[in-house]
Amino acid sequence: MVELALPKNSRITTGKTWPKPSGATNVRKFQIYRWNEEDGKNPSVDTYFLDMDTCGPMVLDALIKIKNEIDPTLTFRRSCREGICGSCAMNIDGINTLACIYGMDEIKGDVKIYPLPHMPVVKDLIPDLTHFYAQHASIMPWLETKTNRPAKEWKQTIEDRKKLDGLYECVMCASCSTSCPSYWWNGDRYLGPAALLHAYRWIIDSRDEATGERLDELEDPFKLYRCHTIMNCTKTCPKGLNPAKAIGSIKKMMVERSL
Amino acid sequence: MADVNRGNRPLSPHLTIYRKQYTSVTSILARLTGISLLGAVLLVVWWLLAAASGPDYFDCVNGLLTSWFGDLVLTAALWAVWYHFCSGLRHLYWDTGRGFELETAQKLAWGVIIGSVVLTVLTVIIL
Repeated sequence: MVELALPKNSRITTGKTWPKPSGATNVRKFQIYRWNEEDGKNPSVDTYFLDMDTCGPMVLDALIKIKNEIDPTLTFRRSCREGICGSCAMNIDGINTLACIYGMDEIKGDVKIYPLPHMPVVKDLIPDLTHFYAQHASIMPWLETKTNRPAKEWKQTIEDRKKLDGLYECVMCASCSTSCPSYWWNGDRYLGPAALLHAYRWIIDSRDEATGERLDELEDPFKLYRCHTIMNCTKTCPKGLNPAKAIGSIKKMMVERSL
Repeated sequence: MADVNRGNRPLSPHLTIYRKQYTSVTSILARLTGISLLGAVLLVVWWLLAAASGPDYFDCVNGLLTSWFGDLVLTAALWAVWYHFCSGLRHLYWDTGRGFELETAQKLAWGVIIGSVVLTVLTVIIL
């Protein structure tokens, strides 16, 4: 359901302003969302200043520098630092992206960092993705077959394999789903762009033999049809994929199979 | 679906921190024009009812609807009709499985905005 205002316990207050680095000439301001369950307080936005002359180019470099040199309590997920693990997805400068591959030169003015939108927060920039992962599991993200297992492997022509390009690269960072207003209001029942892109990845796979069942499962006013082609998903995908197109393709298949 | 035990976990901010996109703004406008057209239809029905219920009442309602304020509201409604129409065409195109590339989608968004304004101006000039 549409709820424009944040719940009482989620309203953001002004947080701590941390001291500026001394002797630095190239200083940049960072405003970062903070919440710690143990404080028993509402979330706040802390202000940090970094000397950009001694900082790496990516937003993740800045976060690590803050954690190492200013405030060790700042909490965020990160792992591969090259855009393949999907851990450091967060809302940076008003869009969802991976902190490790988003350059600070792409941001004008102060750097504002929030957790992925409309998600329960575990701590600081860490959202709870339990439900998001459960939705992914619900679309059966594996090869379903009925015929006998071939002696070697399930074969596929080069053309059929090409249909998976632009789909299999998804790293499940949740940037797209949490950018989608439909997912914000109906995320409990609407599967969201990430899960639907994965659903399409298996629907379109020439080796999969459960296409009909997969479409049956999605034929639901909420699971699929809460997509209103707002396209925030495609616009924000840090991997340059197109979930909106995948969802459009599923909708088209739904029509075509009933003709 | 997994039962997420949120406890006292806050909800991260959404609408207020997310940057507006061409496609998201044109999408919400389609919804808003659709809803406000319901109000516009009621106005027109009111006008017709007034016409059916006698000259005095009609003069009163007609005066209101053709005043500068009435003109403003009805011109806005006219734009809403055209906007909703153009946006509907965009959705029909999407329903054929085309127009999902980011560049195309942004061009379509501009097409809807410019198209609705041009059609509104044309309608005002012609009528």
